[in-house]
Amino acid sequence: MDSELKELYQQVILDHNKSPKNFRVIENATRHAEGYNPLCGDRIDVYMNITDGVVDDISFKGEGCAISKASASLMTSVLKGKRKEEAEKLFEKFHDLVTGKLGEKPDTDELGKLAVFAGVQEFPVRVKCASLAWHTMINALNNKTVKVTTE
Amino acid sequence: MINTETETAVTVSKKYFDVNKIREDFPILRKKVHNKNLVYLDNAATTQKPEFVINKINEYYTTMNSNIHRGVHALSQTATEAYERARIQIKQFINALGKNQIIFTRGTTEAINLVASSYGRANIKEGDEIIISHMEHHSNIVPWQLLCKEKNAKLRIIPINDNGELIFKEFEKLVNEKTKFISVVYVSNSLGTINPVKRIINYAHQFNIPVLLDGAQAVNHLKVDVQDLDCDFLAFSGHKIYGPTGIGALYGKVELLDAMPPYMGGGDMISKVTFEETTYNELPHKFEAGTPDIAGAIGLGAAIEYVSNIGIENIIEHETSLLEYSTKQVSEIPGLKIIGDAKEKAGVLSFVLENIHPHDIGTLLDFEGVAIRTGHHCTQPLMQRFNIPATSRASFAMYNTKEEIDVLVNGLKKTIKVFG
Repeated sequence: MDSELKELYQQVILDHNKSPKNFRVIENATRHAEGYNPLCGDRIDVYMNITDGVVDDISFKGEGCAISKASASLMTSVLKGKRKEEAEKLFEKFHDLVTGKLGEKPDTDELGKLAVFAGVQEFPVRVKCASLAWHTMINALNNKTVKVTTE
Repeated sequence: MINTETETAVTVSKKYFDVNKIREDFPILRKKVHNKNLVYLDNAATTQKPEFVINKINEYYTTMNSNIHRGVHALSQTATEAYERARIQIKQFINALGKNQIIFTRGTTEAINLVASSYGRANIKEGDEIIISHMEHHSNIVPWQLLCKEKNAKLRIIPINDNGELIFKEFEKLVNEKTKFISVVYVSNSLGTINPVKRIINYAHQFNIPVLLDGAQAVNHLKVDVQDLDCDFLAFSGHKIYGPTGIGALYGKVELLDAMPPYMGGGDMISKVTFEETTYNELPHKFEAGTPDIAGAIGLGAAIEYVSNIGIENIIEHETSLLEYSTKQVSEIPGLKIIGDAKEKAGVLSFVLENIHPHDIGTLLDFEGVAIRTGHHCTQPLMQRFNIPATSRASFAMYNTKEEIDVLVNGLKKTIKVFG
């Protein structure tokens, strides 16, 4: 594979695409939001249980490309146990990462394993794939029932 | 060559079709993408332009740029002649009776909107029904939805079978005394299905129902003869037939066009204006308000001349062989499913790969230099019918080769290796 392409489809991303984590419905979830990318027809449902401002459980269902699926999978595994404010902060950081605001070699201390999405910045049309799950999560977090769309 | 004076149709014999020679006419095909030769298979979205068309547009701006129809000076007359010549070229190409039946629009979308707004508003009443099909492009759904909402009319949908063919019996059942208009796609942009439009028109005309054909994907892949089809309207775009974007045409039967109110008001569409009353210009000018895309029209005329010189029959034969070859080649790829295998098909190969999203396929192929379209192709109801969010679509033009299809197939095999 071309090196730029390898940056986008890192092995971690391919693995999460194949066997996504937290790919399930949480019955009776306290928070739920739906996301939609009309450009490629991707749909995602994010479910959350929040207790005392902490993400007790988080999961997703839906269909999408490797980038969006891996992004949702990694997001859910990173956010479990995080406080609401931390989740919001991570969202901003992640958004800056995929839109290239952190530069080509971003400081990945805070992002941890989310740093694998740095390659997305070279593919402007794929930014929405990477961020759909996050936008949907923020809506679920804030109890917004409106459907998120990336267009 | 199209002879605008005597209107003789010339057929080029088969032996003159040389794909390598044709490729030389298209400068963009020499381009490299990600250091690979460009393999352009997104022709249903837009086709590339031959030098002949690019030069004609250039020639217009360098030697005759001026406004048309009213100027008495030399440039204006030359520009007017070139613009009107393009109209005659279209007239001949689709075998219309008169050049006043050809209205320049921005494209298929505007042509359909023109009919929905003008004919539709004047003729569709509360409780009336308009029939479209399940495989329409959004541009042949939304204008009718808007009209139906405004008039409290009803949109009826011809269902399709699993092969992506219209179910004619169901169409017959939909037609009733409330049916006032039918608008169907001639060739599906997502599936490649060639619809039995002649049968539809025949049936509709027994009940005096006018039929519009969305010909965006037809004029470049088929021999379209509006008199033979007996369609009431035909809409198509220039950029899908090797011409520029932003220009297209609407063909209509004279008695219908004549009776229709103007679509837009402005200059060129009037013959006399006072503040009390306006008399409209004759056809086709009644529907061409404002300064049109003169260069675009000339470019479209040039594209039609180019296509006619190659010979639409030759193009059909070449594209049919590409479709057959590609269908055979991709059928051997495990996990690949072709979406749309109608008996009558043109130019389009839509497919899905098991467990691999079309977007990922599109990105990987791009790095092989292959341009295909991934997504819903502006036919979301059709995607819902097949219960898929999107497809990958390779679509062919006269300049594509079997070698390019091999590049596509190898790219797909690589994609499966990465994601499989």
